[in-house]
Amino acid sequence: MTIERTTALVFLICALAVPAMISGFVTFQLTMLLIYAIAIMGLNLLTGFNGQFSLGHSAFYAIGAYTAAILMDQFGIGYIWTLPAAGLVCFAVGFLFGFPALRLEGTYLALATFGLAVATPQILKLTPLEHWTGGVQGVFVMKPNAPFGLPLTSDQWLYYLTLAAFVLLYVLAKNLVTSRTGRALLAIRENPIAAQSMGINVSLYKTLTFGVSAAYTGIAGALGAIVIQFVAPDSFGFMLSVTFLVGVVVGGIAWLPGAIIGAAFILFVPNFAEDISKGLSGAVYGIIMILLIYVMPSGAGGIVSSALRVLRSR
Amino acid sequence: MQKLHGSTLRLAAAVTLAAAAMSASAAFAEGKYDVGASDTEIKMGHFNPYSGPVSAWGTVGKLQSAFWKKINEEGGINGRKINFISYDDAYSPPKAVEQSRRLVESDQVLGLFNPMGTASNLAIQKYMNGMKVPQIFVSSGAIAFGNPSVYPWTMGWLNYASEGRVYARYLLEQKPDAKVALFYQNDDFGKGFVNGFREALGDKAKTMIVGEASYEISEPTIDSQIVTLKATGADVLFNMSSPKFAAQAIRKLADLNWKPMHFLTSSSAQIGSTLGPAGLENSVGIISTNYYKDSTDPRWKDDPAMQNWNAFMDKYYPEGDKTDTTNVYAYLVSETIAQVLKQAGDDLTRENVMRQAANLQQFSTPLLLPGVTISTSATDYFPIEQLQLIQFNGHTWDFIGGVIDGSAE
Repeated sequence: MTIERTTALVFLICALAVPAMISGFVTFQLTMLLIYAIAIMGLNLLTGFNGQFSLGHSAFYAIGAYTAAILMDQFGIGYIWTLPAAGLVCFAVGFLFGFPALRLEGTYLALATFGLAVATPQILKLTPLEHWTGGVQGVFVMKPNAPFGLPLTSDQWLYYLTLAAFVLLYVLAKNLVTSRTGRALLAIRENPIAAQSMGINVSLYKTLTFGVSAAYTGIAGALGAIVIQFVAPDSFGFMLSVTFLVGVVVGGIAWLPGAIIGAAFILFVPNFAEDISKGLSGAVYGIIMILLIYVMPSGAGGIVSSALRVLRSR
Repeated sequence: MQKLHGSTLRLAAAVTLAAAAMSASAAFAEGKYDVGASDTEIKMGHFNPYSGPVSAWGTVGKLQSAFWKKINEEGGINGRKINFISYDDAYSPPKAVEQSRRLVESDQVLGLFNPMGTASNLAIQKYMNGMKVPQIFVSSGAIAFGNPSVYPWTMGWLNYASEGRVYARYLLEQKPDAKVALFYQNDDFGKGFVNGFREALGDKAKTMIVGEASYEISEPTIDSQIVTLKATGADVLFNMSSPKFAAQAIRKLADLNWKPMHFLTSSSAQIGSTLGPAGLENSVGIISTNYYKDSTDPRWKDDPAMQNWNAFMDKYYPEGDKTDTTNVYAYLVSETIAQVLKQAGDDLTRENVMRQAANLQQFSTPLLLPGVTISTSATDYFPIEQLQLIQFNGHTWDFIGGVIDGSAE
């Protein structure tokens, strides 16, 4: 426990101090890293802790992003308020989607959510919605400046805002998974029938988890819209869902701090692969991924927990 | 007489320019630079999809890398070597923002030249203009990239509207009593052509356009739209659809035995992706446009420009596909960028690069079709607006009429 607390504290201090030492561009990259980490954390709650597969989280990310963009663009609502709004909208959508998903398990659920991911970009382009979504052209978002005259650039302000959101959501997720509810989620993952016979309301917990997971990803989407200043249907393709899943697996299934490692992987490794070979960047990325899965089959989380075990056994 | 007058003018202009250049070089013997340029180097930024579903377009970046290598071997531009930095955005707007910020803030390039994709470029437009960094010759047909009063640092290349105007101007001249049926993709792509077409028809649009039908990309077939349009009694079909739907339309026309004068957008006028699948015999008579020489057209086999291009491909980009006309396009854009940098001389500030990009005067390279020239001005941010009409004869494309200018009036 103390090791975890110390690590968390060191991480927080570093995260708070770092913008003063780096350029605006790297600050922007780190902000994107935190945003992806929130989305990965959301997917991990669903897939890692509750055992429900989703290839549709790009859809929730998109809904969050569009909720934020439309609220700011059409209704002039302050960007801060779009974050809880995006979370609520996505919670509702995820919760409702969770009901039909109850009947589906494993690969079948993956297929249903895949449908969600494929459909969303095209739905966003539909003419009846164009007044709101801007169709193919997307929606522009104004970049916010630091409030209260804080001596921060807007990149730095957005970084701290995202960091605050990340820390808050991390603590909530941590409390959730270590609580009674968390144990119920794990029980459902391990054996739904046993869980039910112990008196756990399986369908309620499953749909609620879907909602919470979607809410996390939606908040990440809203932050993404604010930081990128632009949303368009092409930003939220099926590949984004796969990217989130890669982040979950690399970071470690059912290990919350892994979200940071997973996010760093999906953000930086494609750039690294491109540096090695432009023409074969996809192939290089693929090979790195295969090697990684061979070396650490349970992701970064697996490595850390076995290292901790070794340390403790001494 | 007029010719003489023209050449005298040009001579006068040349003398003035030379004088201006001399005084400029005297005043700024050291050269004027913004970040990204120096006495020895010009740093250029670029992105396009090297990975992802449309990675085939990555050939543009690869060809341009090869092009600048050639330029550097030949001594660079005004003695400065080109450092061409090109990144992958995988056709994703958020990635494009990240790569552009890396190019501008971390690599410190002079500007972005020929970045690709409508959504990706829209995503960075505000940022580039906020930073006052050139975003030149955007590879997209959207009208949004030629709006100098709002976005003075963003310049397009061509746009759908001017192609629409070219068809309209041809029609007004050849067939002013035509009854036109509009068929288009219901997004900025299809509507772009239609807007230009309507605008150039002017008051006559109301009487000439007798029917219109659009489709969504998600629709499986467009048969019913074509049937409806035939029923209007139109004798001209203005077909602004993407390749798959264009092929369906051509087939349906043949099935219905409807033979209108058929305008097809240049985006779909490819033998491989559209006319072949639709049936070459069904495609005879289709009219479209082009502005550069097609590397697969036997007409240019002995053309010096095409031979030059072939030699370049063999030497600098041997893995490139010579039947892919995208590689001709990429070469042509690079030549135009080189011209802008040449014109900028020793004043390599971002402002001057932008000023020179907006000061191309009837620039011509041998890969352009005869008669097509490139012009821009402080109010005209679309270099390519002159187009040659072409008609399919069952095997290749024939030229019809002269080059038509598609600029707005």
